Amino acid sequence: MNDAVERHPHDVLVVGAGGAGLRAAIEASERGASVGLVCKSLLGKAHTVMAEGGVAAALAHVAAEDSWQVHFRDTMIGGKLLNNPRMAELHAREAPDRVRELERWGAVFDRTADGRILQRPFGGHTHPRLAHVGDRTGLEMIRTLQDKAVASGIDVYMECTITHLLTQPDRVAGAFGYWRATGRPVVFPAKSIVLATGGIGRAYEVSSNSWEYSGDGHALACLAGAELIDMEFVQFHPTGMVWPPGVRGILVTEAVRGEGGILRNRDGERFMWKYLPDDRRQEYAATDEEAARWVDAQSAARSTDARRPPELSTRDNVARAIYTEVRKGRGSPHGGVFLDISYLPADHVRRKLPSMYEQFKELADVDITAGPMEVGPTTHYIMGGIRVDAETGATTRRGVFAAGEVAGGMHGANRLGGNSLSDLLVFGQRTGAAAAAAAAAETEFRHIDPVQVRLAERELSAPFDRPGAESPYRLHEELRATMQSLVGIFRTEADLDEAIARIGALRARWANVGVSGGRPYNPGWDLVFEVRNMLVVSEAIARSAQQRRESRGAHSRLDFTGLDPAWARLNSVVRQSGDLIEVTTAPLPDVPAELQRLITMERTDA
Amino acid sequence: MPEAHLRVFRGSSESDGMLVDYEVPVEEGMVVLDALHWLQAHEAPDLAVRWNCKAAKCGSCGAEVNGRPRLTCKTRLSDFADDEAITVEPMRAFPLIRDLVTDVSWNYEVNRSIPPFQPPADRPQEEWRWQQEDVERVQEFRKCIECFLCQDVCHVLRNHETERPFMGPRFLVRAAGLEMHPIDTADRSAHLKDEGGIGLCNITKCCTEVCPEHIKITDNAIIPLKERVADRYYDPIQMLWRKIRGSRADGDPAAVDGGEAT
Repeated sequence: MNDAVERHPHDVLVVGAGGAGLRAAIEASERGASVGLVCKSLLGKAHTVMAEGGVAAALAHVAAEDSWQVHFRDTMIGGKLLNNPRMAELHAREAPDRVRELERWGAVFDRTADGRILQRPFGGHTHPRLAHVGDRTGLEMIRTLQDKAVASGIDVYMECTITHLLTQPDRVAGAFGYWRATGRPVVFPAKSIVLATGGIGRAYEVSSNSWEYSGDGHALACLAGAELIDMEFVQFHPTGMVWPPGVRGILVTEAVRGEGGILRNRDGERFMWKYLPDDRRQEYAATDEEAARWVDAQSAARSTDARRPPELSTRDNVARAIYTEVRKGRGSPHGGVFLDISYLPADHVRRKLPSMYEQFKELADVDITAGPMEVGPTTHYIMGGIRVDAETGATTRRGVFAAGEVAGGMHGANRLGGNSLSDLLVFGQRTGAAAAAAAAAETEFRHIDPVQVRLAERELSAPFDRPGAESPYRLHEELRATMQSLVGIFRTEADLDEAIARIGALRARWANVGVSGGRPYNPGWDLVFEVRNMLVVSEAIARSAQQRRESRGAHSRLDFTGLDPAWARLNSVVRQSGDLIEVTTAPLPDVPAELQRLITMERTDA
Repeated sequence: MPEAHLRVFRGSSESDGMLVDYEVPVEEGMVVLDALHWLQAHEAPDLAVRWNCKAAKCGSCGAEVNGRPRLTCKTRLSDFADDEAITVEPMRAFPLIRDLVTDVSWNYEVNRSIPPFQPPADRPQEEWRWQQEDVERVQEFRKCIECFLCQDVCHVLRNHETERPFMGPRFLVRAAGLEMHPIDTADRSAHLKDEGGIGLCNITKCCTEVCPEHIKITDNAIIPLKERVADRYYDPIQMLWRKIRGSRADGDPAAVDGGEAT
């Protein structure tokens, strides 16, 4: 029967059309591969479009003393040294070329006074480093890449969801999915598959992430036998909207703080002064006056000897600080804190932060040029992901590559703002090249196992035979509540036990999930497989969080506060074993001596 | 808890489709898309809605709310009177797939036909210097989130007023972003005139009114492009004169295309 299933063979199949997927597809195509690009939404709608603040690259246009070495150091320190050092090095070295390349493809970044690409400061970055377009950098990036991809003749399969990877004992041979508009199944035989499916935020109640972020690539890889690493490291962005309820979680870009936004609690206290870690305190301003001088210089895009404001501490630290202030009863009326940029000229704020101005005006009736915003932490990004080779993006399963947020290792225990967009470009390019080279070395397509196709088809149809059974919406809601309350910013052994038990029960109920209606464009049916993926990912997160008995970066344990040297050189590793998700550790790759020197070097400019 | 009264189009073709009435509990700050999500979770699990970001950044959730093309993620329930029914229908300019989802693939075909960005071969990137005020004009066009509401409202496309091709406001904006790019060297005049059908736009500005990004589509994108095409194809002497004077003369762009408008 499955002979009738539509087939589209490609040398390289890219799953996901955000920044990483598009960049990989372009590279593979330019290297002569036949490329198929599958995305479950329309082209150009991927989560990258929501990125706001900028793309980090040591172009040294604003601070001449910036260099890849300083960028590397900032990234490692921000990641609490848990980053794959080779990935962090490649990223810092290659990001400037990848950004310049976007400009050659038509991107129009904001400009310095002398007409070059402008760069803005962000948390954890020593120098102003983020190339940007107001606060809609992601849109500019995705449009540029989309136009380039379309012009290169890549085959794009829009609104097509991949639900299964088709395997051979030694490798992956293709992918199985369905067209959302018709519900018809489709098979993509492929010599190389690049997973670029982004993150997992929809497993949480409060999230800045879009509909697509259901951990599809993480789960597909894990179910096909590839390893995940560092899944306990989920980034809670310090500033999401908290009011009104309908908009809770929507991102408030870090650029607000990069442009001088000040965080205050209910009592008007600038509380970030209290939360700067002692070993980094010397990198931040000592007084309000010094921070104000820094903002003045920043607004005029000139350099200064003033150090950056305390609000530009790393995201993990600012998120914990806000959470703690609210917990101690010093929050704003709707359970957040105040973020104020209204002391700067209104015109300047509107020009630098146009989307934020609109967003608050239209969705919350707040004029950010006239008063403060209310903000609180929101699930934003996962540092962990599929275990990859630094140079090529190859996963531990032959034939499968991964790039972008779905890949792990680059950001360690905490990602710096702006390093995601550069990650997409650097490793999208590398992975596209490696996937094309691997495909070129294969003389023919591997056999697609008809039994696997039939089983996948059966799994796809099964929920229609169980109308009135478990609702996928209900399962999703319960999972989100579990992750939000038990696997959030602060974790404990008892909470994680409880979370793992609940996730296990939800997995059992998932086997009995049912949908009503037909196959064409049925969102309840879409959700069935997304919930499957979110359950895999959630269990991986909870089990990894339980295993790591220390607090590091974005992973904070109330029962194991502080860094534990025994964990400093260990990645968590997750793999599927039968029906179980198994968690172990693996030693971090060694840091070569010359890179180690960069990490320990002192700031020479402060 | 107060309730909103929604009337939502359900069906997979115009003929068998109908408006179905629903009551949805209202929380403060709720938008139409929230109400549709509530319906999916409680009343209509198969209600087809296209959406991604729910933050007005991706442009996926366009629909006609009480007859007006809008992003449902940006349309607040509090914009309507308590006793007013909120009617949500799919964009009418595109073929229906199901419920609120339409087939917008035509737009992607049009996009592919536009000659791409072409930087100069003889000027190395190291020498590129653009001032902020020069790029801001292009950045306005590059703000477009491709929600296709402008395509939906455009009467030329909506009412299928012509057999001749017309790219529609979205792609005139895209073309303007390329044409006015500081260093683009491609010439899209022929494309705009023929395949693009720019002459078919008669400047009713409906597109500008519905743009959620507030792009001045007609004034800043379409009219300057019409002038370029007119200069190129209809008035070479004036084009030469403008070149010599180094400025743009005032003209009535509508008149240039008057003979072509339907």
